[in-house]
Amino acid sequence: MSDLLILNMSKIKQNIKRSLKDEQLCSAVLNSCLRSSAKRDNTVDEIDDLPAARQTARTGRQRSLDELDILHKQFETSFKSAGGNLHYADTAEEACRIIVRILKRANAHQGVKAKSMVSEEIGLGKELVQAGIDAIESDLGEYIVQLAGEPPSHITAPALHRSKESIGRLFAEKLHIPYTDDPVELTEIARNVLRERYLNAEFGISGANFVIAESGHIMVVENEGNGRLGASMPKVFIAITGIEKVIPSLRDIPPILRLLARSATGQRATSYVNLLRPANNKEDAPDEFHLVFVDNGRRRTLVDPLMREMLLCIRCGACLNICPVYRSVGGHAYDSVYPGPMGAVLSNLLGKEPMMQPELPALSTLCGACKDECPVEIDLPGLLLELRARAKKPAFERIAAASWRWTMSTPTRYDLAGRMAKLSGSILGGVLPGKGFLNKETSFRREIE
Amino acid sequence: MKISLFIPCLTDQSAPETGRATVRLLERLGHTVYYDYRQTCCGQALFNAGFRDEARQLAERFICIFRDAEVVVAPSGSCVSMVKHHYRELDLAPDIADDWESLKDRVWELYSFLVDKLSITDVGARFPNSVTYHASCHLLRDLRVKDQPLQLLKEVEDLELVEGNWGDECCGFGGVFSARYPELSRAIADRRATALASGGAKYITGADDSCLINLNEAFKRIKVSQRTIHIARILAS
Repeated sequence: MSDLLILNMSKIKQNIKRSLKDEQLCSAVLNSCLRSSAKRDNTVDEIDDLPAARQTARTGRQRSLDELDILHKQFETSFKSAGGNLHYADTAEEACRIIVRILKRANAHQGVKAKSMVSEEIGLGKELVQAGIDAIESDLGEYIVQLAGEPPSHITAPALHRSKESIGRLFAEKLHIPYTDDPVELTEIARNVLRERYLNAEFGISGANFVIAESGHIMVVENEGNGRLGASMPKVFIAITGIEKVIPSLRDIPPILRLLARSATGQRATSYVNLLRPANNKEDAPDEFHLVFVDNGRRRTLVDPLMREMLLCIRCGACLNICPVYRSVGGHAYDSVYPGPMGAVLSNLLGKEPMMQPELPALSTLCGACKDECPVEIDLPGLLLELRARAKKPAFERIAAASWRWTMSTPTRYDLAGRMAKLSGSILGGVLPGKGFLNKETSFRREIE
Repeated sequence: MKISLFIPCLTDQSAPETGRATVRLLERLGHTVYYDYRQTCCGQALFNAGFRDEARQLAERFICIFRDAEVVVAPSGSCVSMVKHHYRELDLAPDIADDWESLKDRVWELYSFLVDKLSITDVGARFPNSVTYHASCHLLRDLRVKDQPLQLLKEVEDLELVEGNWGDECCGFGGVFSARYPELSRAIADRRATALASGGAKYITGADDSCLINLNEAFKRIKVSQRTIHIARILAS
């Protein structure tokens, strides 16, 4: 319908067209998603009572949200008493300002960064560059997209849209080395670059999967060991996470962790599960240990009775891998930090105001596969539908909807519209899009009349 | 049993044979089939496009038309899922909301009606062809009707059921989605059609004409000989 108004083709539509034309991207994305979903199925299905396990994880997350203020107070006490520096940022800008200020004050100019979707959300990379601070991404996938000057295209597998050949070309161009597309060699090359940087790093920045109220720990799950190196070697460490990620105690980790790793990568457990805490012994720990809690729309979402559910999300990425839309075009098409079904919802909740990406909820067939895949059973199709209802509609859509309602309100109008559609179908023949739906036979009801 | 038939607007206009087959099938099983001419659209298209107020008006209309029915049966998973599950999310007038509460459990998708309500799996059909079943999303994931269509197909005489590990991916239709993002919708449909055709069955069947017509177009695009046929037509044969 909106294609009739070609004058104003949305950025998302342009992205989709571009992605669909890029065969290498399409096959890289699809194969990676199919592989991840299959691995997920294998390990998730071995859980004895899966429905109960998901329910437990969900209830645990719900309890955390219900008690968020108390948990924050507890965490503040435990974290500060261990020697940590705690910061709260209401907005993305404030979060970046806090981090830049910490680094400037510590006279830290170069460092390593582990994976953090919140850092993408607040646009930290750009702010650091502007402040003259050099932060190299240390997660292999993130390192690849940083070299390419791209945002991540997946929340757990940032370079999933790239084939090994395209990574080989990228490395050859940016690192001035001979071309290779051998994954082992490419990994070794990245590893050598990064090792050097760890030794000289003046700061480390990382996301956090959860923070633990009772003990003051910060939990970071990862597979490459870059998270723990970046958190222990430099003199300044900054973790950054959303305010919704506080859980009561260490005992609350296993029910979530067993589903998180399986749902994300099909692993029973990630290679590393780091529980980080400020320490007095500065030989083993950074001099400064910071945590920045980012709101950026989360408090507002917490009091939105329907959308609050999205804050249960544990960022496994399973909904991306299973989504027929994501599988077809990859994450960059969404024009949003968080892609896929969870991204289409979250992007309309976070930021300065709600509904900043009103087109995204429409970028779904509402097939519901994401809901079945979600370890904490978020009703993603339901939330997408709710956001579609909240989105401001263009005039032509409002007119189309009003006409549909008017036509369908009496059988006479409905029959007339049906006849007109058949007539136009037989005049225009096969030139209309969706021509398969134009059946020239008499409608069922008129035939049995 | 006196069955009130709900033929979704898309089936009525684009696949009338599905409606006729549904009538033949239910009458052959000894039931009285009744069609109320006031019916039009359940409101799903408007609801999915985010027009809740407009959808509510059609929902209220639907409830008023069908509230006195003994049972309502429709050959569509997505429209039945709309009526049974999503009318709740519309701000229905209080008295109509009460009518819906008592109506919603009397609304059935055809296959689940046959297997779960009537406890029939053998409907006395004969269809000497190879067939692969495509589960439409709302039937599978909203109504949780998974095995019933297969149980019915397995009892059809001379029917060769071709099953495979092609999963349950969406056909890419998604109603307004296909109008808004036609190329993307086609890309998903072509992928699904390729997977379904790989089993080599002559026909691909399913419970929703929307998905089936979408897939049929995809089969033509990818130039394979497979064609779709609504499961009601197989069961009525």
